[in-house]
Amino acid sequence: MIEDAPPPSSRPLFHRLGLRDGAPIDFTIDGRPARAMAGDLLITAILTNRSDLRRFEFGEAMRAGFCLMGGCQDCWVDLADGRRVRACSTPVEAGMAVIVEGRRA
Amino acid sequence: MSERIEVDVAIAGGGTAALAAAVALKRAGLSVAVIEKRVCGAGASGVNFGGVRRQGRELVELPLANRSRLLWEGLNEFLGEDVEFDVSGHIKLARSDADMAELERYAEAARAYGLDLTLLGANAVHAELPWLGEKVVGASLSPTDGQANPRVVGPAFARLARRVGVIVREHTTVVSATTTGHGFEIEASGGLTVTSRYLINASGAGSNLLAEAFGEPVPLTPLTPNMLVTEPLPYFVSRSIGVCGGDVYVRQIRRGNVIFGGGKGWFDADHTFARPVSEQSIDGMIRTLQLVPGLAEARVIRTWSGVDGQMPDHIPVIGSSSTTPGLFHAFGFSGHGFQLGPVIGIILSELVLDGRTESPIEPFSITRFVGDAGEAPRFAGVTGESAEPPAHVEH
Amino acid sequence: MNATSSPRIVVVGAGPAGLRAVATLAEAGLKPTLIDEARRPGGQIYRQPPAGADRPAEALYGFEAGKARALHGLLDRLGAAVDHRPETLVWNLFDASLDLLGPNGFETVGFDRLVLATGAMDRILPFPGWTLPGVYTLGAAQIALKAQGVAIGRRVALVGAGPLLPLVVHQYLKAGAEVVAALDVTPLGPKIRNIFGLLAEPATVAKGVWYTLRNLLAGRPIRSSVRAIRVEGDGRVEALAWTDAAGREHRIACDAVGASFGLRSEAQLADLAGCRFGFDAVTRQWIPVHSAAGRSSRADVYLAGDGAGIGGADAAELQGERAALALVEDLGRPVDGGRVADLERALARQRRFRAALEAAYPFPTHIAAAIGDDEIVCRCEGITAGTLRRTAIDRDVAEMNRLKALTRCGMGRCQGRVCGQAAAEVLAAARGVEVEAVGRLRGNPPIKPIAVKEALR
Repeated sequence: MIEDAPPPSSRPLFHRLGLRDGAPIDFTIDGRPARAMAGDLLITAILTNRSDLRRFEFGEAMRAGFCLMGGCQDCWVDLADGRRVRACSTPVEAGMAVIVEGRRA
Repeated sequence: MSERIEVDVAIAGGGTAALAAAVALKRAGLSVAVIEKRVCGAGASGVNFGGVRRQGRELVELPLANRSRLLWEGLNEFLGEDVEFDVSGHIKLARSDADMAELERYAEAARAYGLDLTLLGANAVHAELPWLGEKVVGASLSPTDGQANPRVVGPAFARLARRVGVIVREHTTVVSATTTGHGFEIEASGGLTVTSRYLINASGAGSNLLAEAFGEPVPLTPLTPNMLVTEPLPYFVSRSIGVCGGDVYVRQIRRGNVIFGGGKGWFDADHTFARPVSEQSIDGMIRTLQLVPGLAEARVIRTWSGVDGQMPDHIPVIGSSSTTPGLFHAFGFSGHGFQLGPVIGIILSELVLDGRTESPIEPFSITRFVGDAGEAPRFAGVTGESAEPPAHVEH
Repeated sequence: MNATSSPRIVVVGAGPAGLRAVATLAEAGLKPTLIDEARRPGGQIYRQPPAGADRPAEALYGFEAGKARALHGLLDRLGAAVDHRPETLVWNLFDASLDLLGPNGFETVGFDRLVLATGAMDRILPFPGWTLPGVYTLGAAQIALKAQGVAIGRRVALVGAGPLLPLVVHQYLKAGAEVVAALDVTPLGPKIRNIFGLLAEPATVAKGVWYTLRNLLAGRPIRSSVRAIRVEGDGRVEALAWTDAAGREHRIACDAVGASFGLRSEAQLADLAGCRFGFDAVTRQWIPVHSAAGRSSRADVYLAGDGAGIGGADAAELQGERAALALVEDLGRPVDGGRVADLERALARQRRFRAALEAAYPFPTHIAAAIGDDEIVCRCEGITAGTLRRTAIDRDVAEMNRLKALTRCGMGRCQGRVCGQAAAEVLAAARGVEVEAVGRLRGNPPIKPIAVKEALR
């Protein structure tokens, strides 16, 4: 039996170029453990683990940010504690629980 | 450049009521010209909260509001456009026992006007709307009220008016209006002269200018509601919400944006442009959070204000002039004219065509203000069209 | 205002223009307040990585490392002479006060004189696939590298219509990222024809030539006159397709695209201030008008940097200083006339250079003209070009704010920053009028989203 291929979103988008080092920071995406690096903005933390950040409200599409300078407002993400943060201007924190597709047990 | 237009009916103002009257009169066979200072539907018709509600109105308005509610039912077909009318119901919240007593008294009185309201105690209202804040102790529900998109309604009426053959002149300001032997002569900016048998004064916050020109000064003052809208959120505010005291109102459109308001914006010396005022916006956020704590994490993405005309007794002036045959007024809706707009057009057309209307408009007569004018501004002549409209009012 | 005591002077924006402005004001004995959204000064071009992601200035800014270091060190050098307010958004301007949202919540700050140095962001035109995850602006591609040491993908295609393109290509290659295509949607000819004008700033041209040669040697020459770019992919970027100057179709596999088409000024605060705007026919955008010294149409508001028309980082530093000197002079205080003359000469040279640069990278009308009916123009609200065109014709809309009112285009979280210019192009084309004739979206507070909960603090 052939297993289904993983969804395209499960592959990372951003690519670390080995230009800096930092202590690992553990956080979660939809309840699954994920790892970031000290100095990461949340957008980097998420997109080095998967390819998108949030659902687009008015269609089937997903979004992954666009301008990275706080202008386009495309990268607002939900956290499990109820906060909503702009991923391109928010540093990742240890234990952050990001919700992209939905809460998981 | 000068131009003369001769019509049966000239209408000053391009809001919903004015345009609805224009459509009805044109369809009755009269020629009609609408003169609008800016663009149609850009005034109070277009920048209001979007409530289509009967609950909470002055009782004398209810017969008109009931008749208008029937028009709203078929407004999409009438206009040929979707105005996003959503019968979400309107719920008015009590934050104290005194509020609740007020709601009970109103429900009793409104029943006589055919408006059936359902009173909900604390348990019932929190069961129906579990996301309401603790401050709410009860409510009155009007299930047949609702909401619509004000940005769409006025322009849709304007397009219908043009389609049926009404002459619509935007960016045109009335400079003066006088009676002639057989009607009116209206001088407007851009060298336009309109002569007409009838004149309708429905020019919103500027209506006192025309009223005064015909010897009927009125204490009309600008009213500039301060409104805010959030980013789209999962749909949960299932009812349009008001409160006793009226200091906050909340609704959510189906796309998810929550619109709320309260407080007053800033307006310019011409009573044309309004801007939201930050302290008012922040106070509005605080009051809204008391009712809907779940909005705490929501982001406000826009705020706006617009200019309506307000009368001291908070009900409009509707009806014939007391000084000038052939002149009719409809203004001073005091922040709640959106729901009434369609029926005001019908009433005005009845007044022009038949000299009477089936709706009871006696309470709205301009004569109630005779000799009671406030500091009314006078015509200052044609103001130059600025090349760049100020960044003030959202249509 | 009392000019002899201490006037309240506020500078908005801590990029090259704002930083030079506060330094000049402080040197004149004034104590300006500097308000900026970022945690650390520098703006976008000299953006500093967040704490923990620092790298040497040479690695981050290349030839510009010296300038970056100087600007970053300015505030430390000035110390208490400047009231620096980082992480603070100016979300409204009304009359002579600013509404702020900062680490301590909402606050209102009055000013006697204001310098707006609000910068720019990429100019965006829609193309098929532009809202897919993995498509970013060129500026975003650069920030990912500069601020985070990451590439926006493993196989990156870069598309541009301005001098940012060769720079970002160079930076990506130098950092070891894989650039699979470097595409310029403007033709090569105008760059050659305008070489004499460009030589007004020979050092800048030399750097551009250097980047171009390095890119060539690295096997990634920039292809000019590219048309009809199209991103393909199911749920994320999988390929970029384009048509070359000879009409041949190309397609290359990639997982990220950085694409934008020049820059546009961030001028919302100038708009809310009531500053007069003028249409710039070359860059096809509305910009707040100002004198060479940076005086706006409003006596107490000064404009500097890319927020007042695109001029680049070097011009921004000059403008920041010049506007600050104008402010000092307007307060009735002495200024060094020789310095003013030097600045004006340097700014005149920058203007000649900029005019040649704009001519070298003309607005890509072919991209704007090719926006398909199914293409989303307003990515916040999901409004397509087809909706805009139908509204323009069927509902007789000839002006941008009316278009916004009826379609919601520009009404979303970004307030039309991203879609405004493209929507104007679409509307003007649908109406058969010049883009100038459809006007521009007016600003509304808050110019960026603010959380309702902040009101409770």
